[in-house]
Amino acid sequence: MGHSGINIFFEGANFIRLLGGLYVSAKIALLAILFGGVLGIVLGVLRTLHNPLLRMILRLYLEFFRIVPTIVLLFLFYYILPQSFNINFKADTVGTLVFSLWMAAEMSDIVRGALISVPRHQVEAGKAIGLNPFQLYRYILLPQSVHLMIPATINLMTRIIKTTSLLLLISVVDVINVGQQIIEANSHRYQDGAFWVYGFIFILYFILCYPLSRLARRLERRGKVGANG
Amino acid sequence: MAEPLLKVEHLQKSYGNKRVLEDISFEVDEGSVVVLLGPSGSGKSTLIRCLNGLEVFQSGSIVFNGETVQSSQKNWRRLRQQIGMVFQSYDLFPNMTVMENILLGPMKVQKRKKDEAARQALSLLKEVGMEQYAEAYPRELSGGQKQRVAIVRALELNPRLMLFDEVTASLDPEMVRGVLEIILRLAKENMTMIVVTHEMNFARQIGDKILFLEDGKILEQTPGSQFFARPQTDRAKKFLESMDF
Repeated sequence: MGHSGINIFFEGANFIRLLGGLYVSAKIALLAILFGGVLGIVLGVLRTLHNPLLRMILRLYLEFFRIVPTIVLLFLFYYILPQSFNINFKADTVGTLVFSLWMAAEMSDIVRGALISVPRHQVEAGKAIGLNPFQLYRYILLPQSVHLMIPATINLMTRIIKTTSLLLLISVVDVINVGQQIIEANSHRYQDGAFWVYGFIFILYFILCYPLSRLARRLERRGKVGANG
Repeated sequence: MAEPLLKVEHLQKSYGNKRVLEDISFEVDEGSVVVLLGPSGSGKSTLIRCLNGLEVFQSGSIVFNGETVQSSQKNWRRLRQQIGMVFQSYDLFPNMTVMENILLGPMKVQKRKKDEAARQALSLLKEVGMEQYAEAYPRELSGGQKQRVAIVRALELNPRLMLFDEVTASLDPEMVRGVLEIILRLAKENMTMIVVTHEMNFARQIGDKILFLEDGKILEQTPGSQFFARPQTDRAKKFLESMDF
């Protein structure tokens, strides 16, 4: 291949290091989606209950995470937690925490929106056969609204995955961070290193996100069939 | 005489300042059928929905089977297993098959065994001519078929009282008869029922007692035979005339 830029991946352990960085990014995203998803469903359900105080608190929580830019959130948690509260987390943990809370906030809105779009009659029919509130959610409301949540949820997941690229700013050694290190370390021998490395990172993110969009489309189609009377 | 199965005493309900039910009192004897008649907006549906706790009321009480329920929601959940309700819009659960719709209550609420509950469900489906649709989804059924399944879903809990809220109002005329016949048959089997309907002939056949409502008040409370032959109030007379071609 002569002196092609692609060889930058074969210098030392560059390729493995990039994959290692991807693993860090993917792990944080995945954990955030998992924790945040579960928490978001719970919060979304809580937001449909008729408790004004709880509603207001959760609403504020949502708005906070929606309005404040993610990068600011990351800095807030990364610098302020140790300084003001004397809590020292590793950067990865801070990242996971912030992304989980963000996921939960936005997820709660998706869940709430889907739940309240289930016709009121369905709830009454459930009550009429004696279901308790938990059973109403478990058997009637959630199954009938899942297909409404899927597109927005997948969209949110891809946003979370993509936004992990900000993690390098709180010095998490994620895929972007590793990429930059490689580009700098090899800048003499590979002038077009940036092109290759970022090109590769693009492909990596694509590989992470594309199956999600496919899955979304499939689930959505299946959900629609199942939920329409 | 035995205690009535259901006793409603001085029930009041309002939305804000607007009174929708005023001093409603009546009794339903075990094995009898009470029909609620009245013009639209008279409070019939609101009243029947109060009787299984889907609407809260401000004062008065409901005594069901010797147990008093005030407006609070507490003991409704237990009572609802004994009070079946069928709605105008069927409201089958679209995410479940016919069988799953019917079994949800007995299995999750009454904690009954699946075999036994499914056996009862099949025999009830058979009675309404729907046994071949046990595995169908609601979307595959016609309105009349859905309503028959909804009746089975309520009966499956072995209720002591059945509430029918305009159950034929959104059906094709051809479907109405089949559903009404099922309700008539239940009456013959001595099921205690409260029925809101606009089908006068049906009301005449089935009603042991007629409650005639207007503006949230009971204007007339008479045995069925008497109500249709000699309504006591002018308002009821007019109502019956308007229903008659």
